[in-house]
Amino acid sequence: MSNLYLIAHIAGRVVAIDSDQVESVVDIGEVTAVPRASRHVRGLAALRSRVVTVVDTQSALGHAERSSGSRAVITQVEGHHYALLVDQLDDVAPFELRPLGGGVALDAAWRAAGRGIVERDGEPILAIDLAALVPGQASTH
Amino acid sequence: MDDLLQEFIAETRETLEALSGEIVAWEAHPEDSARLDAIFRFVHTVKGSCGFLDLPRLGRLSHAAEDVLAQVRAGDRAPDRALVNAVLSVVDRIGELVEAIESGASLEANGDELLIAALAEGTQEVAQASGPAAQRSAARSVRLNVDLLDRMMSGMSDMVLARNELARRLRNGDIDPAIEAALERLSMTVGEMRDTVTRTRMQKIDALFSALPRMVRDTAAGLSKSVMLHIDGSDVELDREMIEVMRDPLVHIIRNSIDHGIEAPQQRRAAGKRENGRLSVSARQSGNQIIVEIADDGRGIDTEKLIAKLVASGRDEQQLRRVSDRAKLGLIFEPGLSSKDEVTEVSGRGVGMDVVRAAIEQIGGRIELDSVAGKGLRITIHVPLTLSIISAIVVGVGSQRFAISRQAIEEIVTERSDAIRIDTLGSTRIATVRDRRMPLVDLSGLLGIEQGQSDGGRMLAIVSVSDGSYALAVDTVLDNEELVVKPASPAVMSTGVYAGQTLPDSGLPMLMLDCAGMAHVAGLDFSREAVEAFEEEAQAVEPSGLPALLFVDLDGARRAVPLAAVDRVEQVDGMAVRYAAGRFRVTIDGRILPLAAQGALDGRERLSVLRLKDGDNEVSYAIDEALDIILLPEDMVPAREPGPVAGLALVEGEQIELLDILWVFDEHADRGGNDGADAPLCLIAGDSDGWMTSFVRPLLETAGYRVVTALAPGEAPAVVLTPEEGAPAETAKAPLVRLRRRRAASGANDDSVYRYDRAGLLCAMEARMAGGRLN
Repeated sequence: MSNLYLIAHIAGRVVAIDSDQVESVVDIGEVTAVPRASRHVRGLAALRSRVVTVVDTQSALGHAERSSGSRAVITQVEGHHYALLVDQLDDVAPFELRPLGGGVALDAAWRAAGRGIVERDGEPILAIDLAALVPGQASTH
Repeated sequence: MDDLLQEFIAETRETLEALSGEIVAWEAHPEDSARLDAIFRFVHTVKGSCGFLDLPRLGRLSHAAEDVLAQVRAGDRAPDRALVNAVLSVVDRIGELVEAIESGASLEANGDELLIAALAEGTQEVAQASGPAAQRSAARSVRLNVDLLDRMMSGMSDMVLARNELARRLRNGDIDPAIEAALERLSMTVGEMRDTVTRTRMQKIDALFSALPRMVRDTAAGLSKSVMLHIDGSDVELDREMIEVMRDPLVHIIRNSIDHGIEAPQQRRAAGKRENGRLSVSARQSGNQIIVEIADDGRGIDTEKLIAKLVASGRDEQQLRRVSDRAKLGLIFEPGLSSKDEVTEVSGRGVGMDVVRAAIEQIGGRIELDSVAGKGLRITIHVPLTLSIISAIVVGVGSQRFAISRQAIEEIVTERSDAIRIDTLGSTRIATVRDRRMPLVDLSGLLGIEQGQSDGGRMLAIVSVSDGSYALAVDTVLDNEELVVKPASPAVMSTGVYAGQTLPDSGLPMLMLDCAGMAHVAGLDFSREAVEAFEEEAQAVEPSGLPALLFVDLDGARRAVPLAAVDRVEQVDGMAVRYAAGRFRVTIDGRILPLAAQGALDGRERLSVLRLKDGDNEVSYAIDEALDIILLPEDMVPAREPGPVAGLALVEGEQIELLDILWVFDEHADRGGNDGADAPLCLIAGDSDGWMTSFVRPLLETAGYRVVTALAPGEAPAVVLTPEEGAPAETAKAPLVRLRRRRAASGANDDSVYRYDRAGLLCAMEARMAGGRLN
């Protein structure tokens, strides 16, 4: 069973995102800061008539520096819309999800997001769960 | 009443349509309890509605069906073929009757008894659904799915944003005036459209409250109880969907209050309470919630009885007794529980608090109980403001903007005003605003935003939260706007200082501040000020005078008007005033109000208008400017003759004319026409200072009395009202109510009523007229 995956660059790494999780890909305009919120929250942005919470994925994955750029993937978690900043988008293609395999240890932030790997022309790519990057979620799967 | 009936018909029809599938399914599997419950709830609801809509036939049918279904639910009867058929025939008949009511046709009643008889155990007869299909009349309104309204609303917001963007882009280049004019027109249409669409979703909670007086009256009368209903906050606006969801729970709660809570008159007398039970229903907005409160002064929840009931139905007593008192109160939410021993027409059996709670929680609300044994029960329903339109003040801190609910803001003052003093106690700053001392919270500090440049001095918004008030320092106060506030994502809400997010016309998201949350985060502690809510009413501080609004009238005189009569003060455009149909009238909020004035109205571009409200009557009064709120001394010099001035009061050495509200209403209000000749006649006697005529009379007239100060020949008063100082002898025949100036009674035999106790006065008058004595 292969599924459509979006291949993107987040925090300098190539990742695969299940297209079921992706509502759209947009360029984020001006962002309203949210004082006192987690540092992973970049702020709020308007997406047509909807307000989305912009998530700094780089920060959410435990990196010190913040995401640059304005490209984002829109996803919905528990009724709320989030825009997760991505560095770059490659393409969309069907892949087969495989387990991570024995012995591969990811560090904490990546481990929470990692769901398995997909293979693109021999290159293994980590498939991630976007919901795991959203701060303030009680638990994910 | 017509509206209610229409609504009942539409609802019943809708439920019936939805139920038809359930009915078929139940027929196939009579033991399926979920289907049984659905049908049971349907007949229960119909029964309840019939009670206060006065539809005895429907009431009988639904009651009979409910009885049988209750037996099935309790396992006392098996749902055999005959029973299912009989119930279905009743449900069909309910549908036919409803259609008949709608089209005004009559349906023969003789079949009803047969249907009811067929419900009895052991009957073999299969009742026949009868009669020609009643004709459906054309509907006068359309019922819409709220989803559709949601989509309309979100499409509307998109449209506004698109217009804004178009305007922004056009502004960048030279544009043809014709295009500009077209854009202008588009903007206006979009704006109007948006208001309309917004309104489709909002409804005054009055839609929920307006049916209550009748319902309470009928319910109480059915139980031989007497209940005084007090409704407050009818103009709070609530999402239409929420109103629909709240309807049944509210009805259930109120029925329960009257049936189970408020005691019979003799029991109340024995318990030392007023014979008339008091029931108060109020709505208000607080932060990001609407709070609906239903309070009665009945016996409260008897937890012992609850436990006994639950034990009787097979629960473990030890376990039930181990929980805290609060949790014991919560037992009332257990399914299938009725705290009254016998089943009554009114509040039924088991469809009750469990269903109520489920309905409230379904819309993200919660329900709280505050019961004092023997004193009463207060049920508080909190529902989120989600999707509600909030009138908000936009404030600026640094480069950022935030919205604050207008409801929460008492006033806004500048830091530089003479009336403001800011001190630092320890490391805490406090503000003193006109002798009121309160904590000061600096928004920029709280949010960690760099304070912006402000040359005009910063602004303080005095914010009230449920327990107290505090001053919130902001850089600027920008605007006030009507906003659609939605809950933000958990990552944002978890900060505890925001009530939600909104998208104003600028297209840039804005956060709405949660005033209670900020107080909490800033560590403010109001607990010492918090008063036991239930005692509040009883211990209201005695007013040292009558609060009144001091204003400059159009003719330049300084006058005062009792604050209670002023609904609000508004600025209107001179253009909104017209001399039409024999008097000046003003257009406010899309309504035409009579406009009273003393002085010239012509040639003013803007004017301030006092909106005076007395029950359903509303009159506006043009003034030059509102000055201050003052306390009027109790001694007033009455005017020599009736007119716009009721009397003179001495305020800080100055003679101030007091506007005669009664005269203004009498002279200017558009007649509602309910002063029927059969209204009880109340004689005000011995009113030497004109106080009663000025203040008590409007109250009595609102309450349905006809009030005179002198009797016409042949008239006999139903009740006489006099000041305590002594009654004229000739009125001794009629029941007498005396008003005292002091708050406290002078002794056990003092049956006079404190003159500011409105409810008490009306209550006493009713009691005397009925021949009773007040305890």
